[in-house]
Amino acid sequence: MTSTTDTTAPTNSTGGTAPVDTGATTGQTDEQARDRASLLPRLPAELTDHGKCPFDPPAGLTELSAEAPIHRVVTRDGDPAWLVTGHAAARAVLADPRMSSDRMRRPGVLEKLSPAMRERVLDEKARAGGFIAMDAPEHTRYRKLLTGQFTVRRMRQLGPRINQIVTDHLDAVLAQGPPVDLVTAFALPVPSLVICELLGVPYADRAGFQSWTAKLLTLGTPLEKLFEIGDQLRDFMLALVADKRARPADDLLSGLIQSGTEPALTDHELVNIANLLLIAGHETTANMLALGTFGLLDNPEQLAALRADPSGVEAAVEELLRYLPIIHLGLMRHALADVEVGGQRIAEGDLVLVSIQAANRDGAHYADPDALDLTRARGPHLSFGHGIHQCLGQQLARVELAVGFTELLRRLPGLRLAVPQDEVPLREDMAIYGVHSLPVTWDV
Amino acid sequence: MRITLEQDRCVGAGQCALTAPEVFDQSEDDGTVVLLRATPAAEQEADVEVAVALCPAQVISTHS
Ligand code: HEM
Ligand code: SF4
Repeated sequence: MTSTTDTTAPTNSTGGTAPVDTGATTGQTDEQARDRASLLPRLPAELTDHGKCPFDPPAGLTELSAEAPIHRVVTRDGDPAWLVTGHAAARAVLADPRMSSDRMRRPGVLEKLSPAMRERVLDEKARAGGFIAMDAPEHTRYRKLLTGQFTVRRMRQLGPRINQIVTDHLDAVLAQGPPVDLVTAFALPVPSLVICELLGVPYADRAGFQSWTAKLLTLGTPLEKLFEIGDQLRDFMLALVADKRARPADDLLSGLIQSGTEPALTDHELVNIANLLLIAGHETTANMLALGTFGLLDNPEQLAALRADPSGVEAAVEELLRYLPIIHLGLMRHALADVEVGGQRIAEGDLVLVSIQAANRDGAHYADPDALDLTRARGPHLSFGHGIHQCLGQQLARVELAVGFTELLRRLPGLRLAVPQDEVPLREDMAIYGVHSLPVTWDV
Repeated sequence: MRITLEQDRCVGAGQCALTAPEVFDQSEDDGTVVLLRATPAAEQEADVEVAVALCPAQVISTHS
């Protein structure tokens, strides 16, 4: 989280993820517009706007995918890029070590930036530790420091605590009574509290980091503002790192400080790693919980079947992930050498955008790809990415989603939308897709 | 079926341990793959094939 978010650079987005549509360009100087275009390339609107259906990929994207697995496109700023839509081609790109996530090193990016911006993006304190935007072997070191903390077993051990957190929030929802906005009462606070406990971030500080994250992920936030928020997040985390150095506790941040890795992690590295985990760890799962619930409510028979037999929840989670990828703008790479993909030759230096939405609906790979089928056999989808950057937090997300959906259906009988479906506000203006709010009601 | 691993490529994503828990585990240290059974039982082979397909780093190979 992506995504996954990279708090290092002008990261609107989800770090390695995404051509970020930066939307509002009002009040920008030419120089600012150029900086934005270099740092945050965005696909044309017909390939990103969902249109009428909140659950289907943009119609233009679906049309394009039917033609070929890989396409030459032009970004909104007029730059050429490759767009990968086929499942096999997407996996090939993401697994290829010649496809770089180190976006500042894409040829031409730095050269096109204004001097002030170049200085900012090259600032080591912003870049250090931001492994989502690094290639091997630089990436390997940080990833290996963390993977032991995110194993299937470790995350399952968190199950009872996650269950308690979910239960507490549903108790509060029930006490409040319908209608309730599930995003603010459930989907956002649950993963926020989980990642806070895991990392060692005081939950009392959530108002700050939740609102900074929301602005970072808003496509229209001006570049200057993104940097300002990046600085705020770093100051916040630096204070916490200092605190953990002085008073180590049983949490991931203290563990990283005491890891004994050589050379020891610097404060800048610790700060950026922790912020990456904090941001990627709460907004992603939050949106998946809310969007997944919205998707379930749109398929009442399947919802009823899942409620009747919660043992199907793990398969249901995988299918909801496939069907509703929240990293809707795709993943961004560039070629370090000439690479052949899907019959096309990508040249060294070319920008490559991988559409998770399109790849997850590839008819050559899935039977009836546009149908939600919660009983679908487990198989690869690209919602957590693929290759060395495949989501570090995926086992945590799976447990949170499985417990979240199970308890939500169990505790709220007759769960349904409290507004017409077309009044649910979609996060088309955000780097991470989902719903801004999900007003629901249930039988009391 | 016989399984071999290219351990040093593993990125600890855990797809293998999730899919075929009788065959794969993850190390407590760095989350990388640990092979529990190099020759899985016949009824585990299908899950192993799914794990091969899911592994994001092409770590797992099967041989007949
Ligand atoms: C449903 C929830 C989630 C989704 C859909 C998701 C999606 C993704 C995707 C697509 C990537 C790959 C980015 C790329 O290749 O450039 C990624 C990477 C990442 N995710 Fe997640 N994520 C989720 C939850 C989480 C959670 C809960 C964490 C918490 C720790 C997390 C932490 C990370 C990190 C640290 C990376 C970077 C990994 C690397 O570069 O090696 N994610 N995520
Ligand atoms: S699925 Fe592949 S990368 Fe992930 S832990 Fe298993 S072997 Fe390693």
